[in-house]
Amino acid sequence: MSSDPIWFQPAPRPSRVPEAPALPERERVALTVDGREVEVARGDTLLEACRKLGIDVPTLCWLETLTPVNACRVCVVELEGARTLVPACSRKAEPGMKVLSDSTRVRRARKVVYELLASSVDLSTAPGLDRRMAAYGARPDRFGAGATVARPVKIDNDLYVRDYGKCVLCYKCVEACGTDAQNTFAIAVAGRGFGAGISTEHDVPLPDSACVYCGNCIAVCPTGALMAKPEHELRAAGRWNEAAQTVTDTICGYCGVGCTLTVHVQDERIVKVTSPLDNQVTHGNLCVKGRFGFEFVHLGRPR
Amino acid sequence: MFGAGGGTSSYREIEETDCVLLWGSNARETHPIFFHHLLKGVRRGARLIAVDPRRTTSARWAHLWAGLDVGSDIALAHAIAREIVAAGLENREFVEHATSGFEEYRAAIEEWTLERGEHETGVPAAVIRDIAHAYASAPRAMICWTLGITEHHNAVDNVVALINLALLTGHVGCYGSGLNPLRGQNNVQGGGDMGALPDRLPGFQHVENAPLRERFERVWGSKIPPLRGWHLSQMFEAMEHGELAALYVIGENPMSSEADHRRTRRLLTGLEHLVVQDLTLTATAEAADVVLPAAAGWCESEGTVTSSERRVQRVRRALPPPAGARDDLEILFELARRLGHDWGRPDPEAIWNEVRSLSPVHAGMSYARLAAEGGLQWPCYDESHPGELFLHSRLWERPVRGPRAPFSVVAHDPPVDRLDREFPIRLTTGRRLEDYNTGVQTGRYAYPRRRGESLDLSPEDADRHGVRDGDRVRVVSRRGSVEAPVHVDESLRPGLAFMTFHFPDQVATNVLTIDATDPRSGTAEFKASAIRVEPLER
Repeated sequence: MSSDPIWFQPAPRPSRVPEAPALPERERVALTVDGREVEVARGDTLLEACRKLGIDVPTLCWLETLTPVNACRVCVVELEGARTLVPACSRKAEPGMKVLSDSTRVRRARKVVYELLASSVDLSTAPGLDRRMAAYGARPDRFGAGATVARPVKIDNDLYVRDYGKCVLCYKCVEACGTDAQNTFAIAVAGRGFGAGISTEHDVPLPDSACVYCGNCIAVCPTGALMAKPEHELRAAGRWNEAAQTVTDTICGYCGVGCTLTVHVQDERIVKVTSPLDNQVTHGNLCVKGRFGFEFVHLGRPR
Repeated sequence: MFGAGGGTSSYREIEETDCVLLWGSNARETHPIFFHHLLKGVRRGARLIAVDPRRTTSARWAHLWAGLDVGSDIALAHAIAREIVAAGLENREFVEHATSGFEEYRAAIEEWTLERGEHETGVPAAVIRDIAHAYASAPRAMICWTLGITEHHNAVDNVVALINLALLTGHVGCYGSGLNPLRGQNNVQGGGDMGALPDRLPGFQHVENAPLRERFERVWGSKIPPLRGWHLSQMFEAMEHGELAALYVIGENPMSSEADHRRTRRLLTGLEHLVVQDLTLTATAEAADVVLPAAAGWCESEGTVTSSERRVQRVRRALPPPAGARDDLEILFELARRLGHDWGRPDPEAIWNEVRSLSPVHAGMSYARLAAEGGLQWPCYDESHPGELFLHSRLWERPVRGPRAPFSVVAHDPPVDRLDREFPIRLTTGRRLEDYNTGVQTGRYAYPRRRGESLDLSPEDADRHGVRDGDRVRVVSRRGSVEAPVHVDESLRPGLAFMTFHFPDQVATNVLTIDATDPRSGTAEFKASAIRVEPLER
């Protein structure tokens, strides 16, 4: 059979399973959090040190797939010897650090951050935030007479809506649209103070902007300011019912990349498509077809 | 390649490579999430070289764009190879120990000087030289391609020309280097792996290899025809000769997707019996004698699909199919029952386990592991095997394990549909980001900037014809003509036009395309038609 072409026989098995080259061992860093000793690798953050100890540190603008921007300050911890509280999500662990994750000062800071946010922004669709606020005893009404960010919902296309009255300026959408994932750069933060907001170039409507409707901004939005249209409409009609939804992981039916789609179904209709952040193919990101191109599945179904 | 029908590398490797040749692929639009991985590599310092007649949205990310003439890929590959050899940049050790046929190959490329390369491809000699040096000198380098390589009458030769480059430089079989066809459909890899090829049984096992075939015959308890069957283009030829009278089409819309639409329609409507199993009443289904309404495989059924990185992953039923539609498996089982074979109740996992028992490269992939490990890459020989991150590492063992990888001599052969005074413009076809194939699935979601079919022309050609954006023109090829609005596109060079085939109800692009096909792969030359443009009254 040796004269047979190479593709006639199954390929021989290599003597060793092919592997990626080993990464250099990272130096270990020992520190204490709340008096407990912990060791992490050099380059790891205080947030990672806390989580290693099972300490629950709240975050809002941080996400494991995005570069920290230190915008929200809800993850602050107290670092011995530092004048100010430090953001756990970006501060790198150093040998001998002494960190307090739940001191009075830390709790007060987080409480006030939540109060300031909730007094100026509509957080009604931010998952889990009400529990957090209760845990810190936040009372946004203390600032109730202050300025609020009230803006009409922007509905300028049929795929997703932008309700910047719910935006906490966490920058996640900007990062996901930029270098951290999509590299489209359709949006940025524009303006100052209460005039600051997420904007397309020259504030043009989305269909006139650089947006390619991947929806990777929606996927990272922590407050529901960015929302796919079916969810927005169902909520407006009072029919959005997460308890009645099934959530199923499958693989996208379009190109051959093999993106995992998490399909959210209510009343036998697809109401939302997401992808797991920890998926090695997508890291939570999808393209426009994967996230929005499911309407054909509803053909022949009752409305 | 080299006995395995799949891309050699994993997506994560492109994040850590040093050089990417993206050849005949607009991955930014056609494989957007793969392009995310590629961009991570670029941001870490990898050099991106785009080889494409169009300056696509992918090419705009490239450090170097080689805007070659359509169908001159082999000429370019040969000129790159000759420069690599002339500059002494080939990987001598790899060529000597892991390959065969180098001397014949070297003799064949000898005439492909940079100057000749420039003359045949339109790519400046200095750019060809840069590509050769960048690719050969990079510690790790990858070639990724799509249909710009394979939708040609000499598709297999095009692929071989790229494989030769990797063999010459040793850029295959090690981490961060490889040869990667990006698959256009979610399970085109898995379909081939499962034997939906004319010459293969599940596990890419050759049907004409008697010992392999006999294993299947024992398990299935029936005789398997010992010779390969027809590929798609041969089927159409067989229809032409009256040898093929009945066709069962599952999840494909050849009436809209095949080249030379008039011939396709004549042959499909001339069949004695046409059965179509699909989600909607496609153009092909409209011509069928029997239509079997099917469930949507990706969200209304259970099973597996295989991606471009050879990753087998589970698809799951997220919702039941609409009334009247049935799962593909159910339909096939029912059909078998009526033909006198009771296969019992369809059970996707049991069928998968049968695949595992017959295909050694899938043996280790239990449903439980596929779910727990986010899919597994073949080959995965047993339950403790992690799956191979990259293929052909055996080529780096000394002495090389198994047969050497052969260089193959191929010759440049320009597109069949020649340009002349009557048909002076080269039309190439492809996809856009938001749409997909014949639009059966994507036509129904509300992409805000969908603009429908157009004839995309370079600004120079638009001027020459006195047409502007939106003007309607007649596009004429040797096979037929269509009318379409003009879209002026600066990514096109003079003499090059572009259309999609996403909107067959508006414009039947495939009336224009040529069915010159590769004799081995059966792929038609969708990428190269000769046209002329006739402005219509405003």
